Amino acid sequence: MKENTVLKDLLAEDFAHRETLANGQAKSSSFQQRKNAFQQFETLGFPTPRNEEWKYSNVKNLVNESYSFNRPAHLTEADLAALSIPDLVGNIIYFVNGVYQPGLSNLVSPAEQVLISPLREAWKTHPDLLASYFNKLAKNEEEAFTALNTAFADEGLFIHVPEGKVVEQPVILRFVSDARGENTGCMSRVVVAVEKTAQVKFVESFRTIGDGKVFTNMVTEISVAPSANVEYYKVQIESGNTHHIGTTQVRMLDRSQFYAATVTLEGGFVRNNLNIELDGQYCEAHMYGLYLPDGKQHIDNHTLADHRQPNSYSNELYKGVLLDQSVGVFNGKVFVRPDAQKTNAYQSCKNVVLSPGAKMNTKPQLEIFADDVKCSHGTTTGQLDDEALFYLRSRGIPKKEALGLLMFAFCEDVLSNIRIEPIREHLEKIVARKLNAEEE
Amino acid sequence: MLRIKGLRASIGDKEILNGIDLEINPGEVHAIMGPNGSGKSTLASVLAGREDYEVTAGSIEYKGADLLEKAPEERAAEGIFLAFQYPVEIPGVTTINFLKTAVNEIRKYNGQNPLDAAQFLKLVREKAKLVNMNDSLLKRALNEGFSGGEKKRNEIFQMAVMEPTLAILDETDSGLDIDALRIVSEGVNKLRSPERSTIVVTHYQRLLDYIVPDFVHVLYKGRIVKSGPKELALELEEKGYDWIKKEAADVV
Repeated sequence: MKENTVLKDLLAEDFAHRETLANGQAKSSSFQQRKNAFQQFETLGFPTPRNEEWKYSNVKNLVNESYSFNRPAHLTEADLAALSIPDLVGNIIYFVNGVYQPGLSNLVSPAEQVLISPLREAWKTHPDLLASYFNKLAKNEEEAFTALNTAFADEGLFIHVPEGKVVEQPVILRFVSDARGENTGCMSRVVVAVEKTAQVKFVESFRTIGDGKVFTNMVTEISVAPSANVEYYKVQIESGNTHHIGTTQVRMLDRSQFYAATVTLEGGFVRNNLNIELDGQYCEAHMYGLYLPDGKQHIDNHTLADHRQPNSYSNELYKGVLLDQSVGVFNGKVFVRPDAQKTNAYQSCKNVVLSPGAKMNTKPQLEIFADDVKCSHGTTTGQLDDEALFYLRSRGIPKKEALGLLMFAFCEDVLSNIRIEPIREHLEKIVARKLNAEEE
Repeated sequence: MLRIKGLRASIGDKEILNGIDLEINPGEVHAIMGPNGSGKSTLASVLAGREDYEVTAGSIEYKGADLLEKAPEERAAEGIFLAFQYPVEIPGVTTINFLKTAVNEIRKYNGQNPLDAAQFLKLVREKAKLVNMNDSLLKRALNEGFSGGEKKRNEIFQMAVMEPTLAILDETDSGLDIDALRIVSEGVNKLRSPERSTIVVTHYQRLLDYIVPDFVHVLYKGRIVKSGPKELALELEEKGYDWIKKEAADVV
């Protein structure tokens, strides 16, 4: 629907301004792509629940607010201390309000293992390399938020792992929204290219400071070359005033492996799209997800495993614990295209609804056009297992502790798949704290 | 130690226990036998505090206090242990962590300091030996993917760690082969003491070859219709339950 909103008008003004700033660059092919994307955004308009993909997630509270985009901010020592993750070693890159922060970032991996460069710089130092990956996977024509991110892609990061290189230390992107005193908008673009037989682990972590309204709109494009191996973790601990819309678009080629875990512990309105094209043979894709909404939080995960070639495997496990009046959405699509014979695709989504006011909407969506495939899906939404609860209590564990133990175990099923130990332990602590505090 | 008087219990509209009277003294082993559906497992569950059952009449006194008022975890902390007929699989909780939580919660209830890691490990090793429990099972998620025999052995292992004053074995023999039956029974027998009492719920006599009871009670249609010495179990083995049913019918 094309009606104008406060935000849409504001964005049009902002984009025109960026175009004048781009000056000499405005004629470049990358800026031309951005301009096209902005037109696509204007054509598509913000989605409404009439759009099937947005049926359960209404952005009406987002689109009539104004936000200040890529606003400069200063984090104090105390802010940084509150954000720190104990024992975490790796390449740590900070973005505040969408803007790269060289002073807070620290790269530890040698340059021959991996190129980690902010987009602005990468356009200067590696223009051809970046151009061959930038905006190659994003679906601007289908998704308004993606088109919007492409149009505004001044800020962001380029990660390139050359053929055969194994990046030993993880790459950790920390996106911080500082919404003290003002509504803040953050748009960053992450472009990841992992060449043949190369390996990398990377994390996108999202946090907010302050109580202003936040609009985060992220797009991450990940190209996984033949026999490459990528681990990707997305961790969201954002304020209740945040709208986070993020799309991760992945393309996998022959014999590559992609491993994702998306953990959403706090947020206001969250929509994660994780779309994986298995465009090669003998690929292996794993998707894990965990969400723990409480209060009036709304957490929506849309995933896609798009099997385009024969002999590949995808496996998906998403789990949620819903409290208070929170809402969860899971839409898991599995496409098996006519050529994709011998596909193995599995999907499971399990939810525990702990409060009568909470609601979970699940929609598995399997579209299979090949005949020799193995696919399964299952979704469950219910209470905790009473039998298990009685078993624990009959061994002397009080009800509150037994519930805590069972819920933690339920979540651990996903958390245990996070293979960067300090991050896993950090999340386990937050989950344990949240579950104990909630369950009275 | 345990005094059950006129106990009636139902699930939904269905009355399952129909007036049970039973008294158990320290050190005694009582076998509860009876045909399927007679209420044996219900009795075991009511003693452990399962909330699915509603007690509609009667009383249970344990160590001189009203048991029915107490939550399952309080009953456990005061020494009641139910070995489940169908032990529950709990993914994501390791046996060892579960047991440590349980032991220390019980110690807390009884005003004792928690065991530290070393003390706990020593206790676990010692008890694992008692039932030939493999160390690797302890690190696995509780009962997840355990065979029937491993699950039952895990129950007896937990019982050994908890050292209950009243152990209730609910059809512990079901699904066990002879070797497992022998190991489980040996475990139970090693725990017998003048302070500890045991209720053995079973359908068949064969478990009672290994765990020899002091008394045998026959439960039928929610009531104890016959009680006797251990020889009663042999008689039941030989003649089946039909004569009991007939006798019960004649009484009514």
